[in-house]
Amino acid sequence: MMTDYLWLIPLVPLVGSAINGLIGKRFAKSAVSLVACGAAGISFVIAIISFFDLLKLAPEQRHVLKTYFTWIASGDFVAKAEFLLDPLSAVMLLVVTGVGFIIHVYSIGYMHAEDGYYRFFSYMNLFLFSMLTLVLAGNFLLLFVGWEGVGLCSYLLIGYYFDRRSAADAGKKAFIVNRVGDMGFILGIFLVFLTFNSLNFNEVFRQIADAPQRFPVETGIGILTAISLLLFVGATGKSAQIPLYVWLPDAMEGPTPVSALIHAATMVTAGVYMVVRCSPIFSRSPLALGVVMTIGILTALMAATIGLVQTDIKRVLAYSTVSQLGYMFVAAGVGAFSAGIFHLMTHAFFKALLFLGAGSVIHALGGEQDLMRMGGLRRFTPVTFWTMLIAALAISGIFPLAGFFSKDEILWSAWSRGHPLIWFVGFVTAGLTAFYMFRLVFLTFFGNARHSEEAAHHLHESPASMTGPLIVLGVLSIAGGFIGLPAWIGSNRFFNFLEPSLVFAYMPEHREFSHTTELGFAALSVAVAIIGIYLAYRLYVLRPQAAEALAGRWKAIHRILFRKYYVDELYDAMIVSPTVNASTDLFWKQTDIGFIDRAVNGTGETIQGLASILKGVQNGLIRSYAVWILLGTVAVLLYISLFRS
Amino acid sequence: MGLLHYLVLSMLLFIVGAVGFIIKKNVISVFLCLELMLNAVNLSFVAFSKHLNQVHGQIFVFLVMVVAAAEAAVGLAITIVLFRNRNTLNVDDADTMKW
Repeated sequence: MMTDYLWLIPLVPLVGSAINGLIGKRFAKSAVSLVACGAAGISFVIAIISFFDLLKLAPEQRHVLKTYFTWIASGDFVAKAEFLLDPLSAVMLLVVTGVGFIIHVYSIGYMHAEDGYYRFFSYMNLFLFSMLTLVLAGNFLLLFVGWEGVGLCSYLLIGYYFDRRSAADAGKKAFIVNRVGDMGFILGIFLVFLTFNSLNFNEVFRQIADAPQRFPVETGIGILTAISLLLFVGATGKSAQIPLYVWLPDAMEGPTPVSALIHAATMVTAGVYMVVRCSPIFSRSPLALGVVMTIGILTALMAATIGLVQTDIKRVLAYSTVSQLGYMFVAAGVGAFSAGIFHLMTHAFFKALLFLGAGSVIHALGGEQDLMRMGGLRRFTPVTFWTMLIAALAISGIFPLAGFFSKDEILWSAWSRGHPLIWFVGFVTAGLTAFYMFRLVFLTFFGNARHSEEAAHHLHESPASMTGPLIVLGVLSIAGGFIGLPAWIGSNRFFNFLEPSLVFAYMPEHREFSHTTELGFAALSVAVAIIGIYLAYRLYVLRPQAAEALAGRWKAIHRILFRKYYVDELYDAMIVSPTVNASTDLFWKQTDIGFIDRAVNGTGETIQGLASILKGVQNGLIRSYAVWILLGTVAVLLYISLFRS
Repeated sequence: MGLLHYLVLSMLLFIVGAVGFIIKKNVISVFLCLELMLNAVNLSFVAFSKHLNQVHGQIFVFLVMVVAAAEAAVGLAITIVLFRNRNTLNVDDADTMKW
């Protein structure tokens, strides 16, 4: 069985990272790319074989736990290095290694002129290692190792152009914001250990499922609710949800393949994966699910509205990512965990494609990212245009592309499980999604060329190493949805496949609706997407002045959206500035300089003062020392004879 | 002649040595005073040894003599080096070992 070699999947990229990181500087660029892409490719192949091995098992046996060694043993506490392959981690495994490999190949073309080529690929492989550890981890602690590892790689890669102030700041912002989430996450892990005396997923979930009287479905705030909410704090940090989403748009300072791999397809979905993995805990806490759902839908709507007016091509995509992650949390929040993972997978395809396409556009224009300085690129970059069009149609939810099936599954789950308001907001957001996505497509590829002379001169389609991955992802964006056909077409094979991973989750009965109803709702979502696309077409192709006129008429709203609801300013005023000021004035100037420094220096000065009095005794004259010795001896003798006898 | 006589003699010798050590400036004289103190102590050791009819005191005397011999060798060598470098035998001139 190939599953015996599960440990190779994360280890190969780690070795690749070590080779490139330690001696890659001396390699030719082709050798560096070979090592990095080779490592990613080997992982991908092993992952595919392991996946098929898993398929050979009977559904209820699809739970391969490999324990390698005891990592920490301290009293009652035991943490093992153990990898878990079940349908959920298998799906994630294929997405991470597959999309990861494609993006590695793309990076060869995109990064060919950059300094520190080896550094880039070393970090990328390190990221794959961390992400695969996260996905394969069989217990909470190992998951946390991967969780922190991807955070580190995210920081390193956002700050890849570290000589640019904005990039360095964005890296720090991402890292610090994630610390807030991680604090909640690690507290959640502590609470898990305290409650179950184990950190192994299977052990914990079995305890919950086997003792329904000890762990009932909680009506108020119980221990499972507390654990869920703390874990979800971690998820909001990593998966960029309100209130911790602010780092993701800034993370676009990193190279575009990084945005595609880490900040769209894989790392940011770690929170969704974690929530689904912990579905036995979350599903027994209606309150936690409600929080997940509410945060998800608010994030989806808010990010989509911001995305409507942004002018940086990558930022539009970043807000789109935040919004789509919101959808995934909505799916988890209404209890449709498999729908969340399904959307995670299709999103990985089309959002990676959108980012890589954007990268290809930026590459073609020699670094231009402003949508207002693009236009008319359709003729010059046909492959990029067609693949991005596919991705935009997919994310908008047009039948029969991948995004249609997954997004519709989420919206339908929200409605059918009794959350009409959530459905409605999600439905409106779907329209907004179609609008901002096609705004991006129209501004980039249609209309008049608005780029500079220099960029026009430079204009070219990207090399094959970049267009190849675009085409592969384009095919996946078209076909990726067919593995999860909704009930009105056939059986949902994706759902059935994932089911063994969700056996311990508590699934309340919900009303069944007829297939006609579901079909009607599907038609509604396609209709709203088409309306969104048409509006974008009208505003940005038919009457390009109309968009500006509209922005002028609704100046206040446009301004608020353009400034991203002033959330960054708010956080700055509420948290960042007070912290910086308190650190500068109170902790540095008052406490450190005023108190600690003075205490330390004062001690030294006091001793110096005392010593300057006493040092006269040590005058170098032997005869004076002799007198002191004599006097001392006499004093001791006097003391003994007077007081001790 | 009882123990007391020896001890008084020893004390007188020691006082002569100690005072000489403090008031003399010539290195050789200081050195001689040092030997005087050591031998004053030796005298009382021997006296106690005889008085208590125990051999310990005499063993100590041998030890002190050995140390004194070694110290004489080193001390005189230092004296010679001091004279060569400083062209003086005055102990007060050798006062650089201070703060």
